Amino acid sequence: MRGEAGLSQTATTPPRPPFIAIALLSAGALAYEVLLMRLFAIVQWHHFAYMVISLALLGYGASGTFLSLAQKWLLPRFKIAFCTNLGLFGISAVSCYLLAQQVPFNPETVLWDWREPLRLAVMYLLLAIPFFFAANAIGLAFISFRSDIAHAYAADLLGAGLGSLCVIGLLMISMPLPALGIIATLGLLSLLVAVFELRLLHPALSSVAVLCMVVGVALITQRAELEISAYKSLPQTLRIAGTEIIDETSSPLGLLSVVESKQLPLRHAPGLSLMARHEPPEQVAIFTDGAGMTVINNGHAPESAYNYLDQLSWALPYHLFKPQQVLVLGAGGGTEVLQARQHGVPEIDAVELNPQLIEIIRKRYGEFSNQLYDQAGVQLHIAEARGFVAGSKNKYDLIQLPLLDSFATSSAGLYALNESYLYTIEALSTYLSKLKANGYLAISRWINLPPRDTLKLFATAVTALEQAGIDEPGQRLILIRGWQTSTLLIKNGEVTSTEIDAVRQFASARAFDVAWFPGIKVEETNRYNLLDQPQFYNAARALLGPKRAEFIEQYKFNLTPASDDKPYFFQFFKWRTLPEILELSSRGGMPLLEWGYLVLVATLVQAMLASAVLILLPLSVLKSQHKKQSGFQKRSVLLYFSAIGLAFLFIEIAFIQRFILFLHHPLYATAVVLTGFLIFAGLGSAFARRLTQSNQHRRGVWFAVLAISNISVFYLYALTPLFELLMAWPVWAKIITTLFLIMPLAFSMGLPFPLALDRLGRDAPELMPWAWGVNGCASVISAVLATLLAIHFGFQIVILAALMLYLFAALSYSEN
Amino acid sequence: MSHNHYVDTLNFKLLRVLRNGLLLILMCLCNLVFATDVDDYAEQRAALIEEITDDVRATARYLGRRELNPSVLTALGQVERHKFVPWIDRYRAYRNQPLPIGHGQTISQPYIVAIMTDLINPSAEHRVLEVGTGSGYQAAVLAELVGQVYSIEIIEPLGRAAGKRLQALGYDNVTTRIGDGYYGWPEQAPFDAIVVTAAASHVPPPLIEQLKPGGHMIIPVGSRFLTQQLVLITKNEDGTLQTRQLLPVRFVPLTGKHD
Repeated sequence: MRGEAGLSQTATTPPRPPFIAIALLSAGALAYEVLLMRLFAIVQWHHFAYMVISLALLGYGASGTFLSLAQKWLLPRFKIAFCTNLGLFGISAVSCYLLAQQVPFNPETVLWDWREPLRLAVMYLLLAIPFFFAANAIGLAFISFRSDIAHAYAADLLGAGLGSLCVIGLLMISMPLPALGIIATLGLLSLLVAVFELRLLHPALSSVAVLCMVVGVALITQRAELEISAYKSLPQTLRIAGTEIIDETSSPLGLLSVVESKQLPLRHAPGLSLMARHEPPEQVAIFTDGAGMTVINNGHAPESAYNYLDQLSWALPYHLFKPQQVLVLGAGGGTEVLQARQHGVPEIDAVELNPQLIEIIRKRYGEFSNQLYDQAGVQLHIAEARGFVAGSKNKYDLIQLPLLDSFATSSAGLYALNESYLYTIEALSTYLSKLKANGYLAISRWINLPPRDTLKLFATAVTALEQAGIDEPGQRLILIRGWQTSTLLIKNGEVTSTEIDAVRQFASARAFDVAWFPGIKVEETNRYNLLDQPQFYNAARALLGPKRAEFIEQYKFNLTPASDDKPYFFQFFKWRTLPEILELSSRGGMPLLEWGYLVLVATLVQAMLASAVLILLPLSVLKSQHKKQSGFQKRSVLLYFSAIGLAFLFIEIAFIQRFILFLHHPLYATAVVLTGFLIFAGLGSAFARRLTQSNQHRRGVWFAVLAISNISVFYLYALTPLFELLMAWPVWAKIITTLFLIMPLAFSMGLPFPLALDRLGRDAPELMPWAWGVNGCASVISAVLATLLAIHFGFQIVILAALMLYLFAALSYSEN
Repeated sequence: MSHNHYVDTLNFKLLRVLRNGLLLILMCLCNLVFATDVDDYAEQRAALIEEITDDVRATARYLGRRELNPSVLTALGQVERHKFVPWIDRYRAYRNQPLPIGHGQTISQPYIVAIMTDLINPSAEHRVLEVGTGSGYQAAVLAELVGQVYSIEIIEPLGRAAGKRLQALGYDNVTTRIGDGYYGWPEQAPFDAIVVTAAASHVPPPLIEQLKPGGHMIIPVGSRFLTQQLVLITKNEDGTLQTRQLLPVRFVPLTGKHD
């Protein structure tokens, strides 16, 4: 087999790999991945965006399979193959997305309509194509330059790191669809660079060719538009005559669409009491990613138009006392700020995450909203809610957490699905610690039937109070509900009888039901919005009583409070309940299904099945060719590369979540951690070259695994106290600290892959593309599996699992 | 070289399988779309009604009814649902599921329509308001049971098509109009029952005013395709309101509890 081993060293291969092209391509591929998540979160729903993108990444795995089968043919033609794949990546990045968004996928009928799964499959295939080409190019480079894999892989990782940083910067200055064109251009640029680096063809000629392609791509993206699913609330609202989009801006936090209605007024007042007599004032709507409507109220309407603010369930605190300092978390269009103003609150702190939203309100609708955020006494803070509270020195009479739609935290959409740090036990404890004596925390949620959110929130509040040393949490809680919304009040002190009378009055005047206050009687509950049983009251009593654990166990939805280690408040699914729901599917049972979780499981199953095919397929071909390879070798390759593929992302994802608790802003956290991981891992890979040159592969792998284990275990214990210590530091200092903390860990994590691949290159080069494919498939499975493990066991377990996997990999590393 | 031959054979077989598969799918589709006729529809309708009857009977106790009004199911058996859906979906018009009708709207699941219609206690002398005509299916079902139906639709093309359809099918006790349903239909108020299928963030106060004492308003809550709960608002004789929140599914959230 000597002759074949020498195939890659023919005259057509230049002495050094096209590093810059690899880096650019890698940057483009990662940027494309992040952008796709953004685009699909806009045109579809976030969960399905996650599923589609995750499965499209199997394009990496498929590339490994393809290269295994076709390597004989491609390697002698490396230059052409490399450049062709680069060009195809650039072109398909745009065209495949534009085609995929035309597919009329409707997730809600996926269980009824056989066409929907088919449409999903078409989307996966279309979107996998660009990843396939990108992975082909990079894989080819690895195989052809076996002598310098470490540096090639370093270029790959460094490029990816820069790409993740750049895409976030790009999304801040560009609308999503044009950003796609820019990324495709980046891909084509890498083609140009490759042509120069490989000294292929005539430079001027190829420059012209690439330029033509770039122009083509630019033209296509100029004329393209986002095709948002017809069932999202933005397109639905636009169907009303006279309603149109006035303005759109975009950032990594979301696409904001400002909608005005000239003919028929928008009247958005969810949770409005049935006894309300007046409709809300004129409103302007702002949608985020085609859904999640928030409204800006006209600040100059007659007084009666603002009555509606007092007819919402979260107006309750204003009837219990006269708060002087109010904090509104998640201010949005400012309804709660207006509400506070209407009730005569002199000092209001409003916190909003999205600066573009505030910009729209201040610049465009400043006059319309009567300078809502610039009035005397109103202090606006652009910050993430929990981070603001944690770092605040102030204490408040009232902290309002209004209805916040459960659209996903925007960690650029990447790897984030259901996590929310707003409603964990630790979060509630933090909020409560910022209340003045006898102050209130008011949290409002939508009411889903059978009750879920509200009950889980209640359980979380009880737990938070108990952890703070309160013996009788029930003395500090008030729960009321309308037919749409519920409001839970947690007091920093015991609820007085005066306040209870005020609650009774407030509720009955508005046809709201009381579900809990100290001393409540069952006859008082379930009177206006009748349920078959006083479910909320019964649950509150159970959760406050000695049989809490039993109640939670027996409830058919998951009511276990979320914690920072398992930040999945919106995770209500219990496997046990599934058979019953499926049986009822035609008889109204479908809305009982928890889509978030089921989509995750479906993604995992599909990824595993597809990976099995992709990994096993080349084996049969390879077997017939290379009899001298033992099954032992193939098995150890499989085990090693899948283990490190899984473990790398487990650790990355778990630490992204950890650092979100430190940096708070989901975007900073993801950008910094992701970039940090990739760049330092890249540096680690570059270092690996020294080890490969001195033939210390095995030692290098063991060193890496031990370093990773020790650092991770240390961080498991040390990070939380460290974060607490440094909580008050400014953002830039925290970012630098984060990078310092990531550096040793990521550096070590960059070693295992290139070390083993280099070894493989010497011993069994024909297995290299297969190993590349195994790694690709493992990455896809890893992301989904990490989330599922975190949902059930928490992120600490995810990290421990990763360490076991690394250990396992080191043990299965064998040299032939 | 054996490797190439192997791959070639694989490719060839694969192509054949793909081609046959595509032909099969094409044939099935043609069959589905073109093969149904009037008698088939009647049969399908009857089968649907039977399915719903059983399902609804099981849920009736959960909805707090002694039993379900048979006239409602008769009405559903009369209305030709296939004439309210796009022609390409006719083959599945009698499945117990909602269907898209264009403009981002849907025609409701027959099972839900049955429950909703029953909950408002329709009777022959009633005057009913519907906000959100959609395809006109719910209006047609109501028309079979009550004296007069007034239906408003905010999306013009949808409203016009539904109006024409209802006329063509002979439902002359239905009056449709294009407009904003928030303010109801003041000229024809008060109403014995109001059905609100148009999505709104809250219950419009004008609609509550236009409800007669003793009358019922029914609002399905959830997404276009999945109804999570039914809100039944009853106006008492003295003008006060009573609201019931009903799960249209036989489901108890606690294990170990008996009906």
